[in-house]
Amino acid sequence: MPRSVPVTITVNGNTHEREVEPRTLLVHFLREELDLTGVHIGCESTLCGACTVHLNGRAVKSCTVLAVQADGQEVTTIEGLAPDADNLHPLQVGFWEKHGLQCGYCTPGMIMAAKQLLDDNPNPTEDEIREAIDGNICRCTGYQQIVDAVQHAAETAGAA
Amino acid sequence: MVAFRPNSVGKAIKRREDPRLIRGLGTYTDDVKLPGMTYAAFVRSDFPAGAIRSIDTTAAADHPGVVAVYTYADMDGQVGPSPVGAEMPGMGKADHPLLADGRVLHVGQPVAVVVAETPYAARDAAGLIEVDIEPREAVVDVEAAMAPDAPRVYEELDSNICIQVPVPNPEADKLFEQADQTLSMRLLNQRVAPFPMEGRAICAHWEEGPGKLTIWTSNQAPHFVKQQIAMCLRIPEIRVRAIAPEVGGGFGAKIPTYPEDPLLCWVSRKLCRPVKWSETRTENLLGMTHGRGHVEKIQVAFQNDGRVLALKGQTISELGAWRSFYGPFIALSTHTMSCGCYDIRAVAWETFAVYTNTMATEAYRGAGRPEAAYIIERVMDEVAAATGLDPVAVRRRNFVDKDAFPHTTASGAVYDSGDYEKTLDRMIELVGYDNAREAQRQARDDGRLVGIGVAAFTEVCGIGPSGGTAPHQRMGTWESATVRVEPSGNVTVYTGVSPHGQGQETAFAQMASDAFGVGIDDVVVVHGDTDQVQHGVGTFGSRGIAVGGAALHMALTKVHAKATRIAAHHLDAPVDQIDYEDGEFTVSGTDRKLTFRQVAEMAHLWNVAVPGEEPGLEAVARFEPPGTTFPFGAHLCQVEVDPESGQIEIQRYVAVDDFGVVINPMLADGQRIGGVVQGIGQAMWEEVQYDDGGQLLSGTLMDYAVPRAKHFPRMVLDNTVTPTDVNPLGAKGIGELGTIGSTPCVVNAIVDALRPLGITNIDMPAKPERVWQAIQAAASAQ
Repeated sequence: MPRSVPVTITVNGNTHEREVEPRTLLVHFLREELDLTGVHIGCESTLCGACTVHLNGRAVKSCTVLAVQADGQEVTTIEGLAPDADNLHPLQVGFWEKHGLQCGYCTPGMIMAAKQLLDDNPNPTEDEIREAIDGNICRCTGYQQIVDAVQHAAETAGAA
Repeated sequence: MVAFRPNSVGKAIKRREDPRLIRGLGTYTDDVKLPGMTYAAFVRSDFPAGAIRSIDTTAAADHPGVVAVYTYADMDGQVGPSPVGAEMPGMGKADHPLLADGRVLHVGQPVAVVVAETPYAARDAAGLIEVDIEPREAVVDVEAAMAPDAPRVYEELDSNICIQVPVPNPEADKLFEQADQTLSMRLLNQRVAPFPMEGRAICAHWEEGPGKLTIWTSNQAPHFVKQQIAMCLRIPEIRVRAIAPEVGGGFGAKIPTYPEDPLLCWVSRKLCRPVKWSETRTENLLGMTHGRGHVEKIQVAFQNDGRVLALKGQTISELGAWRSFYGPFIALSTHTMSCGCYDIRAVAWETFAVYTNTMATEAYRGAGRPEAAYIIERVMDEVAAATGLDPVAVRRRNFVDKDAFPHTTASGAVYDSGDYEKTLDRMIELVGYDNAREAQRQARDDGRLVGIGVAAFTEVCGIGPSGGTAPHQRMGTWESATVRVEPSGNVTVYTGVSPHGQGQETAFAQMASDAFGVGIDDVVVVHGDTDQVQHGVGTFGSRGIAVGGAALHMALTKVHAKATRIAAHHLDAPVDQIDYEDGEFTVSGTDRKLTFRQVAEMAHLWNVAVPGEEPGLEAVARFEPPGTTFPFGAHLCQVEVDPESGQIEIQRYVAVDDFGVVINPMLADGQRIGGVVQGIGQAMWEEVQYDDGGQLLSGTLMDYAVPRAKHFPRMVLDNTVTPTDVNPLGAKGIGELGTIGSTPCVVNAIVDALRPLGITNIDMPAKPERVWQAIQAAASAQ
């Protein structure tokens, strides 16, 4: 049987200890071990962004990060962005208000990528938003309403 | 009839779907978890054509964690053939097995399936299976495949030509003799990948106790799945429940039931355990149906004043290695839609659909109409160039007059309604067309390659009636809706359409809310589960609102009528004296009233039963479209080409569309922008490529270019409203329109930019390399 190694990973503020195969991808760890199925798999090759989560506060594509690389680190997924339905993150509000999603499959990754942008640059221009989500593919929206959603989030977060 | 007072219909109401999706709480197929789950992995053919000499599964079967390994031999006639496959008289056809039956027909065809306790074990073991294939010559190029001596995809058939449908027209011949000018064009509509963000995913669960199979599958038409799985497994359909849960995009490629669907159902039944599979992106690019793949040879007869008299066309459609659900019919619809929004006197056409050793092609956002729009809109620009007229003027000269509807085209389509001038006028006004052309002249004087492209197009949505559709569907073109009012007055809507991003949970809740005066949050819309929704067809062909919404309107009307009768009884007044407004039934001219919620409660209570009425407040309706709708639009794109690199910058995109009455303009805008971008993807970057030997070259995201956010400027949208009387809502359909308009619009802009260099066509995708080569060739020719 494949060898297992212990990992301790803090996800959305909760610390989890598990034995995993060394090759286990972070996205599979999150989805299969922790049932965080908001993290989606779109390409298994870092190119579509559906699996984007934050590792120690920076956006990563969790399909090309090993769970063992996250050992001792902190991960935030879409499920950890808002404590409940009444306290949504400004990006979640923006996506809802501006119709920033259709099928919703790219949405968690898109929101986590946009969060990285707003963390770094609270008032991005449209071009900066389009550049920042260049690693995230959406096949439904044509992106314009995603740009609107991120702008909405920047405005409301700035006003708060 | 229910008076839909515009409390919410027509407004940009935020989606009811979104609260779960923005928190990552949606349940897509791969998110389904069941006790005892097993995981499947497929071994696929590495060869495009060949005979299987042997399959050695020993090492895989012995691999730790493996539960079972199956090949064609193990199925022993218990399941299959593949349920997909259009039927029409005279076609060349063969059954397609669920797993390769001794021969392989395309790269990516499933050959064996491994089932294991974990996904990793399944994939490991799949890598241990040795498939020995004796390759034979593959046929890849669709025109080469038509030759009588070409290698045949199916040895048992006489030819690779699946269908050949000539529609000669002596009138067209005569007009070609009389015309001032003629021109001919060869247009390629390349194969593209639908590329939904969620690939195919299946979870099959046979429960031996009740003898029932449940399949979760990422699909647009779960009622088709139910029927086809039952057929394929030879079990009654009442033992099959198909669920399309959250579905991460479809674009036509999730209409069919794929070989993997019944196969995994059979596996689950055999093992009495649930089995799950999600394709990888490479499997998706290999094994999800592709779209388009047409070669079109077009001749045009026209006058010096720009009037187009007649068209002669030949469509050669790549079917790939097997008949998909709609493949052959998509090819035929290109002829049907060949006239676009123009009054062309005669059309002669011949359609071929041809097998090649490649993945099957199927519906893809537009399915036959984009190919037709591409032809006629490229034609209009070349007629403009040949006559020295402005492309807009040529289009105006040829438009079907707004008073001429319903209009039957020379290719046999019956257009419901239209006002093409109105939409074009609005686009011209928004753009400031004359100024844009003047700015282009100045840019050209400065040596810059700026191009302006226009497309004025129509398409066809909400197809019906059923009599006009293919018998292989076995379902007709109707749609169903059930409206169930609870004793509280809250409402559940069950719809047969199966939305996967379109937002009908919201649009339909708006309709129910307006019909009964209840809040939008007091309505739940259920879809995508054949045990909950008794009958349905699905979401494709832009039919969600135009057909599914119409069915809902009928069901709401029935419920409303019954509620009115109940109110009349309790208010002790004749039905015709009951007024209804905003959730209240009032006796005309009095203050005696009952709220809708009071009536809903009364409908369920035995002690206030109404004589002659069944208890409860519920209705089922099915809408059979008496005809089809033809939305239309006028788009403009401006590009600038960098002559040094061939790079194209999209500088401006304006779309004015007319899709009839709108339920939720925010949702409509989303469909339109998304569609435009997808169409531009085809025009500029996307291409499924096979090499001459039949190997897929575009099997990863490194090799297949999907549009990204920074490729686009902000788009400008507007719309005009020309209702249809084909359905009670007056809505025409919106899902595919953007894709249909944008592809020719962008290519026209690119060719317009390059025309001063003597370039008259650029095949899609207009990649920088291709554009640069065209510029170089034009320079050396001068």
